Amino acid sequence: MSDSTAIAHEAHHEHPPYQRHHFETVEQQADATNFAMWLFLLTEIMFFGGLFTAYLIYRNWYYPAFVAASHQLDIRWGTANTAVLISSSFTMAMGVWCSETRRKSGLVLCLVLTFLLGLVFLGIKTIEYSEKIEKHHVPGFHYSLNSFLNPDSDEAAKAAGDKPLPLDMARHTELYFFLYFAMTGMHALHMIIGIAILGYMIFRARAGAYTTGHVTFVENFGLYWHFVDIVWIFLFPLLYLISRHAN
Amino acid sequence: MSTNTNTIISLPDQSTARIPKTNFITKENGLLSWLLTGDHKRIAILYLISITFFFFIGGALAGLIRLELLTPQSDLMATDTYNKVFTMHGVIMIFLFLVPSVPATLGNFFIPMMLGAKDLALPKINLLSWYLYVAGGILVIYTMVSGGVDTGWTFTTPLSTHYVNTNVLTTGLAIFIAGFSSIFTGLNFIVTIHKMRCPGMTWFRMPLFVWAHYAASILMVLGTPVLAIAVVLVALERTVGIGVFDPTKGGDPLLFQHLFWFYSHPAVYIMILPGMGVISETISTFSRKRVFGYTAVAFSSVAIAVFGFFVWAHHMFIMGISNYAMLVFSLLTMLVAVPSAIKIFNWTFTLYRGSITFETPMLYSFGFMGLFTIGGLTGVFLGTSGTDIHLTETYFIVAHFHFVMVGGMLMAFLAGIHFWWPKMTGRMYPEKISQLAAVVTFIGFNFTFFPQFILGMLGMPRRYAAYPPEFQVLNVFSTAGATILGVGYLLPILYLTWSLKYGEIAGDNPWQATGLEWQTQSPPLTENFVVTPIMDHEAYDYEWLDQQKAKEVASVG
Repeated sequence: MSDSTAIAHEAHHEHPPYQRHHFETVEQQADATNFAMWLFLLTEIMFFGGLFTAYLIYRNWYYPAFVAASHQLDIRWGTANTAVLISSSFTMAMGVWCSETRRKSGLVLCLVLTFLLGLVFLGIKTIEYSEKIEKHHVPGFHYSLNSFLNPDSDEAAKAAGDKPLPLDMARHTELYFFLYFAMTGMHALHMIIGIAILGYMIFRARAGAYTTGHVTFVENFGLYWHFVDIVWIFLFPLLYLISRHAN
Repeated sequence: MSTNTNTIISLPDQSTARIPKTNFITKENGLLSWLLTGDHKRIAILYLISITFFFFIGGALAGLIRLELLTPQSDLMATDTYNKVFTMHGVIMIFLFLVPSVPATLGNFFIPMMLGAKDLALPKINLLSWYLYVAGGILVIYTMVSGGVDTGWTFTTPLSTHYVNTNVLTTGLAIFIAGFSSIFTGLNFIVTIHKMRCPGMTWFRMPLFVWAHYAASILMVLGTPVLAIAVVLVALERTVGIGVFDPTKGGDPLLFQHLFWFYSHPAVYIMILPGMGVISETISTFSRKRVFGYTAVAFSSVAIAVFGFFVWAHHMFIMGISNYAMLVFSLLTMLVAVPSAIKIFNWTFTLYRGSITFETPMLYSFGFMGLFTIGGLTGVFLGTSGTDIHLTETYFIVAHFHFVMVGGMLMAFLAGIHFWWPKMTGRMYPEKISQLAAVVTFIGFNFTFFPQFILGMLGMPRRYAAYPPEFQVLNVFSTAGATILGVGYLLPILYLTWSLKYGEIAGDNPWQATGLEWQTQSPPLTENFVVTPIMDHEAYDYEWLDQQKAKEVASVG
């Protein structure tokens, strides 16, 4: 920092060290960064919005294919993951509270728990993805229509009581799986980024960075984490639930 | 100059005047102090240099296009090379010049100053957005040297996903990255305008330049992510063959059009709105009057932003959307003409009975008003579905778009650059030659693009290297005009560079303008103001300015 800014700082009243020079007050800084985070989440909504639009259109067009394909998802894993994510949102919210009330060990614990729950979510997702790979349900890579043309040969389809689909409709299950992978994949990518940032935050929190009154970073990350959670709250019913009993 | 009564320029006594020793340029030295800066003014300068660089690359490509079209045969280059040239021209000009032009340079520099703030709310994000821009730019150059891309800047599926073997992926990635640069700029502006206004700076005391940027920022923040996802889907379709745009797999290429134009139509308002902001400032300053109907002009910016999101399908009238959709989108499209006309009429009323002077920024502004009006009105022809079916994909579209973007936006950009040059550098540009450049640009522009309206009406399609011989006369006109236009663009870069060293010392407020940015030294301090200003008057209040001057004289005397 050069001399003139240092002088400018002395001329004002005392600032806490985390206040950037161009803000008048700490409140203004916190306000501005929070607002920026909300705006960023808005752009994220628009980003996911494109995929949701594609999903809604193709679901309307190829309803039977989407129903049959959604029966291939394991609702137990989906429910488990929903529970995991909601718990992680809870631990994250507790983390923000710990940061606000300056509880350092509590904050570290909460962040570690959130980190672990995030990993559990990704682990379960990996199991689900590998099932799709085994069944050749990955679009573009030796995609197999077997589960939809001969539902009796497929356990999940049989359990759901699927009727065989005509070939041209069965082919559209590939679109469902593409959207499944694109939407959950994009969501998982956001989880991975979040987990990476969490790792950094745990490291910083142990050094006491977030328990001195400067909670904006933890708060904003909390917003991000809850947002990623909420995306899943929309994905879970759209992909797993709404076609459960439809045939 | 001060003896000339036909100018409002008032410069300090050149024999004693000096550039202030401490300012944002001299504060720190060395390349790193620029590359790691958080100062919005320095980032604006970085942007200015980089967009000028890309403007000249894009301009050179435009020159190649016009040279090829000088003759009816495809002789200067092979037809597929021609496809690559116009594609790269479009990609560079739109994503690397027009979208960031005014916001990232003038907006970046002046929004905090106009609001009486020390910086944008998020300086590091601001710097990040420049680096993203540069990364996108480098990728585009890489695309160009490694073989180019020939889909047109619209990446129309299934051409871009199934048929061409050119660098769609790297171009897509470049646009994705440059898009985030634009998102971060917009986000930064919105936060700054909401949270960083100085005491007394209410929403309706903000300069209209800021209002225009606010509206454009809404579009950047809400529109650009949709482009990002569209590009991601094109990339996935190309590499993995996911089928989402592939009719053989049940996908629909039209979905790409919807996603793409949901951004790319608002994008033209991202490009033009900041330009309109510039014009509000110059028209007021050079007619010494408050902008007529300030509130209406402010809200018309927001209205353009809002309506802009509901007109995208007018790009798809011939692509098989339903008749009802055509009807609705045609009507909605014409609604955009209303706020645009509000602006033009209000500027005209501002001129009415004003003390008009004809400095360079004002000449460019007049150019903007005339050319934008023509561009806007021909937009109504295209928004009307009946005429659109005849005119679309012809040179009429090309002319319409260039009237709005080059005649409108580029004129506004040059108006703004000249208007704020003394503030940015502390020195005046040479007035006479710059007036000449403005006139040359205007003449060259009309010669280049007006014939294209006629060519389009006669049915000459766009994007072809060859054309029937009967179109040659008008094409020769157009190419000749482009040469004049090229001179018009080269002149400013020469004399503006010259003025950095030899220009007259500008002083704080050479134009006697009212904005807060003019009430501080030029070039400004890193902190912009010595003390945080308090806004105690309305925007464009020339009486307040006179009182300030009277006070100054009294205190000196």
